[in-house]
Amino acid sequence: MSEGLRVADVTFRYGAKTALEEVSFDIAPGRFAALLGPNGAGKSTLFGLLTRLFTTAEGRIEVAGHDIARAPRAALARMGVVFQSPTLDQDLTIRQNLGYFAALHGLSGAEARGRIDAALDRLAIAERAGERVRDLNGGHKRRTEIARALIHAPSVLLLDEATVGLDAASRQAITDHVHRLCAEDGLTVLWATHLTDEVRDSDRLVVLHRGRVLADGECGALRGDAPLKDYFLTATGAPA
Amino acid sequence: MRPYLIALRAIVLREALRFVHQRERFLAALVRPLVWLLVFAAGFRAALGLSIIPPYQTYITYETYIVPGLCGMILLFNGMQSSLSLVYDRETGSMRLLLTAPLPRGWLLFCKLLGSTAIGILQVYAFLFIAWLFDIEMRPLGYLTALPALLLSGLMLGALGLAISSFIKQLENFAGVMNFVIFPMFFLSTALYPLWKMQESSSLLRDICAANPFTHAVELIRFALYTSWNGWALLWVALSLAVFLALALWGYDPARSLVRRKG
Repeated sequence: MSEGLRVADVTFRYGAKTALEEVSFDIAPGRFAALLGPNGAGKSTLFGLLTRLFTTAEGRIEVAGHDIARAPRAALARMGVVFQSPTLDQDLTIRQNLGYFAALHGLSGAEARGRIDAALDRLAIAERAGERVRDLNGGHKRRTEIARALIHAPSVLLLDEATVGLDAASRQAITDHVHRLCAEDGLTVLWATHLTDEVRDSDRLVVLHRGRVLADGECGALRGDAPLKDYFLTATGAPA
Repeated sequence: MRPYLIALRAIVLREALRFVHQRERFLAALVRPLVWLLVFAAGFRAALGLSIIPPYQTYITYETYIVPGLCGMILLFNGMQSSLSLVYDRETGSMRLLLTAPLPRGWLLFCKLLGSTAIGILQVYAFLFIAWLFDIEMRPLGYLTALPALLLSGLMLGALGLAISSFIKQLENFAGVMNFVIFPMFFLSTALYPLWKMQESSSLLRDICAANPFTHAVELIRFALYTSWNGWALLWVALSLAVFLALALWGYDPARSLVRRKG
């Protein structure tokens, strides 16, 4: 049973419009994979399917070996998600927000507290745990969401445009953090973005364009001598 | 069972915390029925004569008559308000967080429903307390026997809100809900006038009132506040709850994909 993420022949339609067509890729455990695609490529639709916000009859998705159609709860329990739009309760503190999430995953009491503390430490926001989310800057809010996604010790972490709206320094810090999570904790990461500077040469790269996988491989090998931005522009004909 | 209960507690607590942070909402929820009770009812008590109708065994003041209807109004507005917050949650994404928890989606939605109903019941008791301060009193035991009726009615109206929220695509469409759900449900019911009064003006309107689930919620609360019970109203409210819950579950079914958005 693989601890990674497997997407096989997934097709999805909004009525007559095909949003995803036979999308397939495999991410091995402990790998950082960037899902790169211009706006409208189908990234958010794929995330909707990966997180079972909606389902499709065509294709198969496995999270840490669990088929999301057949064993959705087992699959969701092994998955951490950072959504594109913020999902923190602004009027609650960081700790209260994390406590709420822990409870949704069946964790309470000392166990929840221990895991929340560990996640806060890992994302270096422990000293701000008592602050209201409303008072945090964008970078800290994102870190809080990543910390939250790790509380239940998932095998697979999905991040949908996690750096949208952040300044360059915060983007860099968050990208570094998530790469470290892969390297140090063996977490499998799928990082959806349309920003080429967030992808490293050693990362696995899946290019999604108009609902299809255009390229799939190690970033450095795919781009060759060209900067990733140029490679991406040439491949998709879209601004990076 | 433990993860289910931990999630239930957290979701209800979160609803309560959100409510505490929205003091205006609490005030609005109280002011609305109080205006009806202390201004509207006072003005209409002379115009609207009431005969003795069950469960009452004697003549009652108009203020006493409309109290159960106003309790229903609080639950109705609360149910719709929480459906509004669900649409908002969906737009902001926190609904996604809830729906990706590793528990059955039906249970998660039920927890949400129970949380908002609990808030509605708190508002009702605050309203009954203020009414009591103005000498509009129920039977002492009635305050206790009303609780199950308020719970069932609140769940039914909340489930209606939940079902509606799954079909509303954008927050902007919510004004339509006010016009097409809340007002007709409230005015075409026994909240403000008994069925026989409605019969005097139109038997069609009377029939609509008699079929309105909100009418039965109001009657269930009315009888319960009078330490009596109304089996027919109970049946209607329970059936409506089942239908609205089924609709909500269907609306939020991942295969039906109502929460999806193009990306």
